Amino acid sequence: MGRLLAIIFGALTVGLIAVGTVHGSKTTHASTPDGAVQAMFDNVKGHDWHGAYAFVAPSSNVDEGGFTRDLAGRNGSLRTYSQLDSVNTRVLHESENEATVRTEIKYATAVGASFETRDLKVVKDDGTWKVVWPAEKEVNVPPQVIPVNYLRWDIIWRGAGDDWGAQNVENPNCRILSMHAVERDGALIIMGEVVNEDTVPAFISVGAVLTDSSGKDIAEESSFDKLSHVLLPKEVSPYRIDFPGIKKADVKSVRMTHNWMLVPASADPVIAVLHQRIEKDLTGRTVLKGELLNESGQIVNIPHVLATFYDNGGQVIWVSDAYSDHALLPQTPQPFSVALRDDLAANVHTYRVTVNHYSLNSREN
Amino acid sequence: MRKVIYTGLIIALCWFAEDCARAAELRVPQNAVAGQPLSIGTSGSGTLYLVGPGQVIKKEFKSGGSVDIKGEELRSAGRWIAVVRGDSNRSQVFWVKPGKPGKLNFLARPSRVPVARPNVISGVTFIFDQYQNLILDPTPVNFNLSVGGAGTTKTVTSREGVAWIDSASAPKAGAAQFVASVDDTSVARVVQQVAADPCERSFRMHVAGHTAQNIIVETDPIRDCSGNPVPDGTIVTFIQTDKTGKSTVDARIKKDTARAELPASDNATITMAAGVVLGNELHVGGR
Repeated sequence: MGRLLAIIFGALTVGLIAVGTVHGSKTTHASTPDGAVQAMFDNVKGHDWHGAYAFVAPSSNVDEGGFTRDLAGRNGSLRTYSQLDSVNTRVLHESENEATVRTEIKYATAVGASFETRDLKVVKDDGTWKVVWPAEKEVNVPPQVIPVNYLRWDIIWRGAGDDWGAQNVENPNCRILSMHAVERDGALIIMGEVVNEDTVPAFISVGAVLTDSSGKDIAEESSFDKLSHVLLPKEVSPYRIDFPGIKKADVKSVRMTHNWMLVPASADPVIAVLHQRIEKDLTGRTVLKGELLNESGQIVNIPHVLATFYDNGGQVIWVSDAYSDHALLPQTPQPFSVALRDDLAANVHTYRVTVNHYSLNSREN
Repeated sequence: MRKVIYTGLIIALCWFAEDCARAAELRVPQNAVAGQPLSIGTSGSGTLYLVGPGQVIKKEFKSGGSVDIKGEELRSAGRWIAVVRGDSNRSQVFWVKPGKPGKLNFLARPSRVPVARPNVISGVTFIFDQYQNLILDPTPVNFNLSVGGAGTTKTVTSREGVAWIDSASAPKAGAAQFVASVDDTSVARVVQQVAADPCERSFRMHVAGHTAQNIIVETDPIRDCSGNPVPDGTIVTFIQTDKTGKSTVDARIKKDTARAELPASDNATITMAAGVVLGNELHVGGR
């Protein structure tokens, strides 16, 4: 009886090992190049980093930790607050042992969808397709002291014990410099620029109310992230307000609404925008590209780039923005890309790029 | 008939005399001042009620004499009624004047002004005694507006409890102390006097240094056309154009100057602007 049980348990153990082995090999086997890419990202979607790494070609020269950080994000960047939503693949080129797969990756983030397009090289390795994952170079800033001549505006508000003559400091003077309404893709878009004319920082919001020919309000919207909400003295920000589904012909007038408030603020960090140029991306769309350089000593977790495009008359013809899913490390350039409508590219005479920043350890955020 | 008339006159005279005698039982002061002690003469026994603006004082008294009211009890200026209930019922009206100035409410506007502008700063002062009674008597009020110790003083006499002044902003930028004072009571407000836009004449930059990958540019001290330093935090945009594209840095003025690091280039043009004011142009590298 005892021998029989031993044989049964032994057979069961061998069977389970065999099943596990067969199952394991199945998850890392891809018979097509785009199948390998899809399978890798399916594992990423399920946060199975080890499973995803199994589809990475050894020639990638990336360790599992680095691969995981590439996809899950690092340094409190926007990627760390995002979730892979969908992946579309298209084989651009395929030979017996090598292929190129264009991969359009869509992430769901706290600030809306984020898109990334990569041309991934896929190679046949031991009879199965594997993805060559180009390791992102992890930048290590050498230990150093970066002196920051810190400039802050702090405010002393009226206290509970003050008499009624002690009023709060007045709100800043800001002004809407321009307003321009256009109809694009079935939406009415209002854009322009706003300036803080004062010597103190301002928290601003800009909105618009549309009225029809009978004087009735038909829609109200405000500029959410197509605007720098904190404006330092003499700083100019673009704004863009979208009214989806509204035609310009249905609108008789636009009433701009705004609110300027005095807020404490910091002039740090300074972010330089380097090597700006308009060019085409992998998919042939027109984009404004460049590099962001954080000149301060603290990490900027989520940079937000705002681009204003002007025609040769100096009028704002488009406002576009993009969040970078990489944190800005001190003194380290980080590429950015902001989409520009192809139909407007020929009319762009000049442009201006500003950067909003969100830092986890900042008092202003 | 004559005897009846005589008797009636006697009765009327006695009635009047009694009335006069009773009136003497309540003696109110003619020059009462809020916050100062008060003495009210009474006779007989009873209860004295003092009814004033927003305040009632009750005092029991016996065997005549005067009823003393402490200074801190008599807080409200205005019309008071003294009422006696007891051996006799009497009432009299008296007035309490505000005490000496003890508190100022000072409205100063605006909190920020450009330098050297006429009549842009207004100050309005309401003069109260220590118990918040508005002092209606004409009272001289000193207004002093100074930046860094230098300033102007003007004395204005209040009317109906209010004194006001219009003042020019000083030619010097800075946080001006705007002080209103009466005797030893004073209140200060801060009016920030700010410089105008940078003066194009002095808005210049120079190359301050190089690193391995960057060129550092720095402005000369940035001042308006009156020589005042442009406020810290004002944005100066540096723009470098070369064959790789355009690079911009929005630098903030700190301690009168703005400074930016731009990528090193073998042939670039650097310009700068603050608002609508353009500075000089630099060419770096090249021949």
